Amino acid sequence: MNSFSYLRAVNVADAVEDINTKNKAKFIAGGTNILDLMKVNVERPEHLTDLTRLPLTEIQNTEDGGLRLGALATNAVTAWNEQVQQRYPLLAKAILAGASAQLRNMATNGGNLFQRTRCYYFYDTATPCNKREPGSGCSAINGYNRIHAVLGTSEHCIATHPSDMCVALAALDAKVNVTGTKGDWVVDFADFHRLPGDQPELDNNLQPGDLVTSIDLPAKTFSKVQYLKLRDRQSYAFAIVSVAAAIELEGGTIKEIQMALGGVAHKPWRDKSAEAMMIGKTPTKENFRLLAETVLATAKGYSYNSFKIELAKRAIVRAFTEALQAV
Amino acid sequence: MKSNYIGKPTSRVDGPLKVTGQAKYAAEFAADGLVYGVVVSGEIAKGSIKNIDVKEALSLKGVLKIFTHENVSGLPWFDKNYKDQDSPAGSPFRPFQDNKIMFSMQPIALVVAETFELARYAASLVKVEYKEDKHETVLMDHLDKAKKAPKGKVGFEEPKSRGNAGDAFKAAEFKVEGEYLHSAEHHNPLEMHATTVVWEDGDKLTVYDKTQGVFNCQQYITKVFGLSTDDVRVLSPFVGGAFGSGLRPQYQVFMAVLASLELKRAVRVSLTRQQMFSFGHRPSSVQRLALSASADGTLQSVKHEAFGETSRFEDYTEIIVNWSGTMYKCENVELKYDLVKLDVFSPLDMRAPGAVTGNHPFESAIDELAYALKMDPLAFRLRNYAEEDQMGGRPYSSKELKACYTQGAAKFGWDKRSIEPRSMRDGNQLIGWGMGTAAWDAQQMLANAKAVLSADGKLFVSSGASDIGTGTYTIMTQIAAETLGLAIEDVTFKLGDTNMPEAPLQGGSWTAASVGSAVKAGCEAVKAQVLKLAKKSKKTPVSGESADDLIIDDGYVLLKKDPSSKISISELMKQAEVGSIEEKAMSGPNPINKLKYTFNTHAAVFAEVKVDEELGTAIVSRVVCAVAAGKIINPKTAGSQIKGAVVWGISKALEEESMMDKNLGRFINHDLYEYHIPVNKDINDIDVIFVEEHDDKVNPLGVKGVGEIGIIAVAGAIANAVFHATGHRVRNLPITMDKVLGLSE
Repeated sequence: MNSFSYLRAVNVADAVEDINTKNKAKFIAGGTNILDLMKVNVERPEHLTDLTRLPLTEIQNTEDGGLRLGALATNAVTAWNEQVQQRYPLLAKAILAGASAQLRNMATNGGNLFQRTRCYYFYDTATPCNKREPGSGCSAINGYNRIHAVLGTSEHCIATHPSDMCVALAALDAKVNVTGTKGDWVVDFADFHRLPGDQPELDNNLQPGDLVTSIDLPAKTFSKVQYLKLRDRQSYAFAIVSVAAAIELEGGTIKEIQMALGGVAHKPWRDKSAEAMMIGKTPTKENFRLLAETVLATAKGYSYNSFKIELAKRAIVRAFTEALQAV
Repeated sequence: MKSNYIGKPTSRVDGPLKVTGQAKYAAEFAADGLVYGVVVSGEIAKGSIKNIDVKEALSLKGVLKIFTHENVSGLPWFDKNYKDQDSPAGSPFRPFQDNKIMFSMQPIALVVAETFELARYAASLVKVEYKEDKHETVLMDHLDKAKKAPKGKVGFEEPKSRGNAGDAFKAAEFKVEGEYLHSAEHHNPLEMHATTVVWEDGDKLTVYDKTQGVFNCQQYITKVFGLSTDDVRVLSPFVGGAFGSGLRPQYQVFMAVLASLELKRAVRVSLTRQQMFSFGHRPSSVQRLALSASADGTLQSVKHEAFGETSRFEDYTEIIVNWSGTMYKCENVELKYDLVKLDVFSPLDMRAPGAVTGNHPFESAIDELAYALKMDPLAFRLRNYAEEDQMGGRPYSSKELKACYTQGAAKFGWDKRSIEPRSMRDGNQLIGWGMGTAAWDAQQMLANAKAVLSADGKLFVSSGASDIGTGTYTIMTQIAAETLGLAIEDVTFKLGDTNMPEAPLQGGSWTAASVGSAVKAGCEAVKAQVLKLAKKSKKTPVSGESADDLIIDDGYVLLKKDPSSKISISELMKQAEVGSIEEKAMSGPNPINKLKYTFNTHAAVFAEVKVDEELGTAIVSRVVCAVAAGKIINPKTAGSQIKGAVVWGISKALEEESMMDKNLGRFINHDLYEYHIPVNKDINDIDVIFVEEHDDKVNPLGVKGVGEIGIIAVAGAIANAVFHATGHRVRNLPITMDKVLGLSE
């Protein structure tokens, strides 16, 4: 085992100070991803700052009528929270579509945002991977890339973000509360993760050592939602394509529509201009297909994953069709 | 009779040990001064090691030794020393032989340290420079290099053609052709391969290994390391699944023994889940089928050609195409089986090797031909039912396949099937019903057993067999208890130790028949001794009575004509002052019956799938598997075997594949996140039917074995159901949503 030091932080300030004063330090919360990565030598931190004792487990209403999800509330507690179930069913569905019951019991909301890609090559230190080892090359672009991205890829990386929860958070316009050495600030969910570009080693726009303390859901809620996850088995598999769909109608036309895709890009994929185009349109399959065509217009397939483009389009149509059937 | 246990559903006798953690597996045996070996896996598919730098790793306090090709020598040169009972033709892989890299993840170093954590860390510090050569690792890309599969592996028979399939095909009115593709699959039993070697003065070794045959492992160790069998005891009391991966001694055995002899102390080597993808696997295959029939539904010709992959160093063979010549009545059969050498590890038998590979394409083609004829697929199969073995015309010792068809179809409700594809639906879901037929060998091998009855009426039976989770402990206990007439609680059966009488490898579905017959024979010999004691006994209810007039039940010897006249076995033994009765027995196949009959198990599988028309996702909503396998000793454990096999068949059909990266020559989804096998939610109703099949020719127990028959026809039945649902025939397993939609090949 790679030796590392360890501190169990008891408050946010300690945690931020600890991680910023140690060399090659990483946070650990539920540990459902970092431990796996350490076992296969992909992550080799010299120090772990344990967050599990921080008082960030609450789920509570915010002043503006939204809901704040503590970064250390587990995915399971969040998914089954009464407020989440009633007001944000899309988030509950997305969380419950992810991983397994055992993992959801351990995994935290904050940690979920920091999951690393499940690209085979990223996990295998014998292979080149720009995300793991910048400049070593991307094995996936010309390799076995069935599970890889079709949107927002770069010549350096075609990995996808593996989370289901994040797809719903993106669709719902969540905001992420962050504490760092320079104080507290808020990041729109859409700006939290990033595309690979020429720095695929960076999954998000935070600085190393920044701590996510909570996630805010807006006051606006949707009653007609669906999280559709297509995967190669019925459970315990990452999305080939997933759709978080939220829609409201008024007088038979679309009043509001928000959607994010999972399994197709380096981050949950939102296309607000395509959504805006739908306002006022009738909620027909043809119009949802039009939305899908627009969202996927820039999609680019690789040797083994071109099917995702058409599949994503069909999934979008189905997700909204099912969302509208929701009572 | 109270002691009638054969045929009764019986819970595993080793169940309590397993669920309370008392059943110990190879990596769980403790030893004084135990040290830990961690394997370093190579990173390239082909080439050589230019430099291997172990300095940094070796400098850590507590790292004892790092074995590489640079410091391992003095081992035998000849291949024969490395061959084992399941070796194919060729030159078995020898770890650390030289600097050549022959496959990706080749083990290139063993780091031994005082703790596992340290060994693991040190292993990550070993630095290797390679010289890379161009590799060939994708079967489909190298079919032009195919060569005829050679003999050499035990059980392999060359395919035999008959008639003229080419001409018959040309002349026939109805015909189908297709090419099918299977990826490699890795065994991935729950328990990873591991060996714990305990060293004693004078190089005496006790080896705990995950193996399907302790004797095979012992022979390998003695031949490779020049040790005598007296000095090497191999034990494998419990095995956490193997499916064939434990047939051959895997490289961790070699390494653990090597390190133990060198360091003169106890050593354990366990493989990681990722390293479970570094050795034998079910080979990928490319298969071409061409079948034809006349208008009345008579099968006119079968052409089945298969390409299998093998390694550069061995010619692994399996029986893929031969079954296609025996399944149905057909005069014109052309079978061909070629191998393509690739830069991979040698493939290895995996549950129903060959048969499961050949069955899906063949039964798909049968299904396709039935559609061409507009015949019900079951009616088409019955139209061409083979009463005799089509390869040589021998009668079957028993064949209740028709009963499988009838009972399976009735349970499934097959008669309610509408014949047209896409004709059954439920909302967005297309419903499909498909079926398939399976056959497998019912073999018996030479096996030995020992039975010891002590004066307290307890029976101890042993045989150096293995129980890879199949229920061997339980069925042997049942057989022994019933044969001798004891309460099952008074019988203990032990296995997995080379100090016990020799038993064959656990494979080929032959353990129940082989070891069971030896156990039966041993217990019958003890029984004869007990009955002699009864006759000689003084002033007992059975004194002077001959064996024919006595029975034994529940630990008592009784008069046949008056069962109330009885005496306990322990009373008899005490009176005769006999401390224990010990008998050894050997049992093997009946050579005359073997010449006269073909011994096969059969099964009919019916599957229902629900396929999302727009999204392509498929689930298997129910499966009925009707099996004819002679006498079923324990319907509970046998039923579990069939259910497990059906689950694996579903896996093969819809989920499972080892993905070969063609650039790296490496199986790239080498963990259980991405190597998909079913989860609970994937599995719905599975009905197992054992049809009545009496067979007094196959062996004294009338047992045929159920380890493999359950998996064979499942993938084909599901693929046929997917066609029935969608009208689209996916010939490349697994059938994932993209293939269902025709968006990928």
